[in-house]
Amino acid sequence: MRDLTEIRWHGRGGQGVVTAGKLLAETAMAAGQYFQAFPDYGPERMGAPIRAYTRLSPRPITIHSQIENPDVVLVLDPTLLGTVPVTEGLKEDGILVVNTSMTPAEVRRVTGFNTGKVFTVDASHIAIEEMGRDITNTPMLGAFARATGLFDIQELSEQLRAWFGRRITQEMVEANIRALRRAAEEIQEG
Amino acid sequence: MSRFEALTGDNAVAMAMRQVNPDVVAAYPITPQTETVEFFAEYVADGLVNTEFICVESEHSAMSACVGASAAGARVMTATSSQGLALMWEIVYIAASNRCPIVMSLVNRALSAPINIHCDHSDIMGMRDSGWIVLFSENAQEAYDNIIQAVRIGEHPDVLLPVVVCQDGFVTSHGMERVEVFDDEAVKEFVGTYKPRYPLLDIEHPKTLGALDFYDYYYEHKRQQVQAMENATGVILAVAEEFNRKFNRNYGLFETYCLDDAEVAIVVANSTAGTAKVVVDRLRGEGLKVGLLKPRVFRPFPARELVEALKHLKAIAVMDRSISFGAMNNAGPLFLELVAALALHGVRVPIADYVFGLGGRDILPREIESVYRDLLRVAESGRVERLVTYLSVRE
Repeated sequence: MRDLTEIRWHGRGGQGVVTAGKLLAETAMAAGQYFQAFPDYGPERMGAPIRAYTRLSPRPITIHSQIENPDVVLVLDPTLLGTVPVTEGLKEDGILVVNTSMTPAEVRRVTGFNTGKVFTVDASHIAIEEMGRDITNTPMLGAFARATGLFDIQELSEQLRAWFGRRITQEMVEANIRALRRAAEEIQEG
Repeated sequence: MSRFEALTGDNAVAMAMRQVNPDVVAAYPITPQTETVEFFAEYVADGLVNTEFICVESEHSAMSACVGASAAGARVMTATSSQGLALMWEIVYIAASNRCPIVMSLVNRALSAPINIHCDHSDIMGMRDSGWIVLFSENAQEAYDNIIQAVRIGEHPDVLLPVVVCQDGFVTSHGMERVEVFDDEAVKEFVGTYKPRYPLLDIEHPKTLGALDFYDYYYEHKRQQVQAMENATGVILAVAEEFNRKFNRNYGLFETYCLDDAEVAIVVANSTAGTAKVVVDRLRGEGLKVGLLKPRVFRPFPARELVEALKHLKAIAVMDRSISFGAMNNAGPLFLELVAALALHGVRVPIADYVFGLGGRDILPREIESVYRDLLRVAESGRVERLVTYLSVRE
């Protein structure tokens, strides 16, 4: 694992963006890593574009400024492409992961991000098929794990069970895990 | 023994409060309050604490209830932020003057106007002469650790003063980090049982508190308050030593980072000190002798110890997240006090103030680096060209 990985999440209020960031943080903690998870400090309204951030490191993290140049950007809502500047500040060799039915080449065209790596996955489609709802945070975690190689899918599944086990039905937990696994399998790179 | 948990700074403080299990918590849960009170209310509802939780009708009443409960002989805690603290003002002084060892968590946020709920240190700096002991925390872990130590510091018979534990609004209060949470038993053992010295509820020994006290004894009472503050420094160090031994920490009056052989250094409190450490590492990589001093104890102000730690430097920058309007050069409070301390001890190191981050304006590593670059120039010339800089402000 690299010394410090900085991640920015884009989504809309109500899509579980902050939860995804926290879930990733807890996964990191379970793996003995250090982390920070923090939202953009603005009002959070249902449907409005929001951002959240995660830092991961094998060593204690003391930096407390906002993230300007993320290593990874995850876009949970396809309608944000072309609406908010999702690649702003993304490192040249950074990774962009988008929930969309577009191909990576099409995403490159729309965003103008011509370096680094671009991954796409139709997480909304997967979420609706598996969970009956367009809540894309867990499939996007699967996509994140595959795109960055930072976490093992099995490890993430276990973490998901521990995290969701207390909050939702067993049936929904399993649906989330299927969505996570499918996203990791169906992801495209280009 | 301990375990690691993913907690926000607010949650970490609530966790410490649960483990301390105070007799009374009085708070007013409205913006700008903090989640700490929400978390704690859940602990109360779940029966995890024996605390009498008093949901009052304003922050002024919250501190009033705390003073009443503390005078009665209870172990008392509360939490607030920004305007909430401002509304407590009158009673904040009374808490200290009545020698009530209340522990308060304060999430540092700006004061209105204009309306702003984001981080700066205007709230705490307004209460710096109120008679409270003031501790700063870089992150959620330190906030948790400081709350536990604060109980012992305030309740020490030679001190008997309220203690406020600060952390940065949103930056650490709402950010989630890895926090080492000690076993409940270990915390319980550390804080011990509170034995109030003069509880009003001890009706066998009737006494009065906060009564009229004119030119006959008021002055003497104030003098005793000074003595309590003087005693506090030693108590803070003794409590820290015990805490460090038990929980494997390294608390003192302040933390130094690469300071011993440094030629220039920044003095900055709370979360920005963490960001500055990253900058120090980077500049040290270039062979530049830069260092950092992070104050932990602001009241009582450890002037002699700070001067001792800083006197070898060729240039010092203080970074203030508030302004003392109308004070000398409109500088920040931390700078003003450090300038006085250096002058008093006859140390003539060039020193400059950098006001930053008001109202939650982010502070980036490159901005902190620019301060170090300024300092290196000052070290070379021996001259401070601008006493107070308002970092990254549009003028």
